Amino acid sequence: MTGRQTIIPFGPQHPVLPEPIHLDLVVEDERVVSAIPSIGYVHRGLESLVDRREYQDFVFLAERICGICSFTHSSTFCQGIEGLMGIQIPQRAAYLRTMWGEYSRLHSHLLWLGLFADSLGFESLFYQAWKIRESILDEMEATTGGRVIQGVCKVGGVRRDVANSFLSGMDDRLDEIEDNMKDLTNVFLNDYTLKKRLVGKGVLSKDDAYYLGAAGPTARGSGLDMDIRSTGYLAYGDVGFKPVVEKGGDGYARCAVRCRELFQSVEIIRRVITDMPEGDVFTPVKGNPDGEYFSRSEQPRGEVIHYLKGNGTKNLAQFRVRTPTLTNIPPLVSILAGCELADVPQIVLTIDPCIGCMER
Amino acid sequence: MKMFKTILKQFFHTPATTTFPNTPLENFEGTRGHLVFDPSKCTSCMMCMKRCPSQAITVQRAEKIWTLDRFRCVMCGNCVDVCKFDALLMEREYAKSATPTERGVETYEITYVKPERPKKETAE
Repeated sequence: MTGRQTIIPFGPQHPVLPEPIHLDLVVEDERVVSAIPSIGYVHRGLESLVDRREYQDFVFLAERICGICSFTHSSTFCQGIEGLMGIQIPQRAAYLRTMWGEYSRLHSHLLWLGLFADSLGFESLFYQAWKIRESILDEMEATTGGRVIQGVCKVGGVRRDVANSFLSGMDDRLDEIEDNMKDLTNVFLNDYTLKKRLVGKGVLSKDDAYYLGAAGPTARGSGLDMDIRSTGYLAYGDVGFKPVVEKGGDGYARCAVRCRELFQSVEIIRRVITDMPEGDVFTPVKGNPDGEYFSRSEQPRGEVIHYLKGNGTKNLAQFRVRTPTLTNIPPLVSILAGCELADVPQIVLTIDPCIGCMER
Repeated sequence: MKMFKTILKQFFHTPATTTFPNTPLENFEGTRGHLVFDPSKCTSCMMCMKRCPSQAITVQRAEKIWTLDRFRCVMCGNCVDVCKFDALLMEREYAKSATPTERGVETYEITYVKPERPKKETAE
C-alpha cells in the first residue's frame, strides 16, 4: 500500500544553503519520492552586459559571475578572446594562471568541506577548514591584490607578475598548509559519524552520471574520468596531470574526490613554481575579436564553457556561459528520488551547488 | 595523547583572530584597497570614465570636475592601468566605512594647468 504523498518545500532559504535554490520534495512518509527543482532567484543578467562593455573591461565582469570560482571565470573568458584573436600568451603568464587557478580550487574545496561539515552539525571541523582556507586567501591577496575577486587576468596575459623570491617562499608555506590539510581530510575520510552520514547515501551510478551530464567531482566520484585539465590547456600539459577518480558514486566518494584533489592541487602548484619560466607576463593586444569560440576549462565544480561571438567591434555580439552546477542539477534530482528526508540537505550539498554562478 | 596536547594548548594560546582596533590591520604590498585621485595631474582625457567597468567615475571636462562614487567602485584598478598621467593610484589601506549620506559622491576640482609650450625663437 502506498502512503499519502505530501509536498515539502526545501529552500530557497534553508540553513544549509548558502545560495537560493528551491526544491519541491514529494514525500511519502519519510522517504522522498521525487524532487522538482526551480531556479531563477538570483538572475542578474550579466551576460547581456556584453554589448555595453568593451571586451577588455568585460574580464572584470566575467570574474564576478561567481564569488568562489572567480579566477577560473576570468581566465576562461580571456582564453576565449585570445582564441578568437589568435593570441599566444607568454609561457610565464600561462604558468601563473595555472597557479592561481589551483589556489582558487584549494580555497573552493576547503570552503565546501567547511560548509559540508557545518551542514552535518560538525562546527569545529568547519572552523578548521576555514582556518586553512584563510592562509590560502592570504597567498592570493599577497600575489594578486584581491582575496576572493583577484582581478588579475587580462586579455593577452596577466596584470601582475610574482617575484621569484616570493614564489619560493610560497613553496615553503605550502608544506604547512599540506600538513594541516592532512589532519583535516583524515577526519572527513575516516570519522565514524561522517562515514555513517555519507557512505551509501545519494548513489549516482556511472551510467547515470554520464547520461544525465554530471560534471566535475560529481562525475569523478561516480567513476567517470572527466576532467578538462587532462586536455592540457594552460600549463596542465606540462605538469603531468592525472584526474582523481573514485568509484563509489555516493556522497563519500564525492567528498573523497575533493579531499584528494586538495593534495593534487598542492602538487600542481609545487610543479608550477619550480618550473616557472622567465619572461614577460603579457603580450600587447591590438584589434577586435571576430568569429565564434568555445572556451572550456575546469572549475572547482566541474567543466565551465564560455561561448563567445565577436563581430569585429569592441563589444562582443554574444556571450553565453554554461556552468557546472546547471549540469549537476539533473543528477541531483535523480539521486534525491528514494532518499530519506533527513539526508536531503547533505545530498544537495555533495554536488557543491553554486547558484549565483548558475544563474548569473 | 594528541588530544591532551590540544587541550593544554587551549589554555595558553593567543586568539587566532586579530584583535582589530588594538592591533592595526596589516595589508599586503599589492592589496587593492582604495582609489586615490591627484587633481593636479589629471588632464581630463576621460579614459578612466570610459574604461571603468562599474561606471563609478564621471569626468566633466568643461567644468573641470572629476567625481568618484565609492559605493560603485569595485577596486579593480583598471583606471590606474589606463591612466597615462599617473593621476590615479591604488592605496593598500581599505577606505573607511561610511553610509552613502555621509560620504556621497566624492567630487574633485581638476587643478591641472597645461604647461605652456616654450615659444619658438623666431629670427629677427
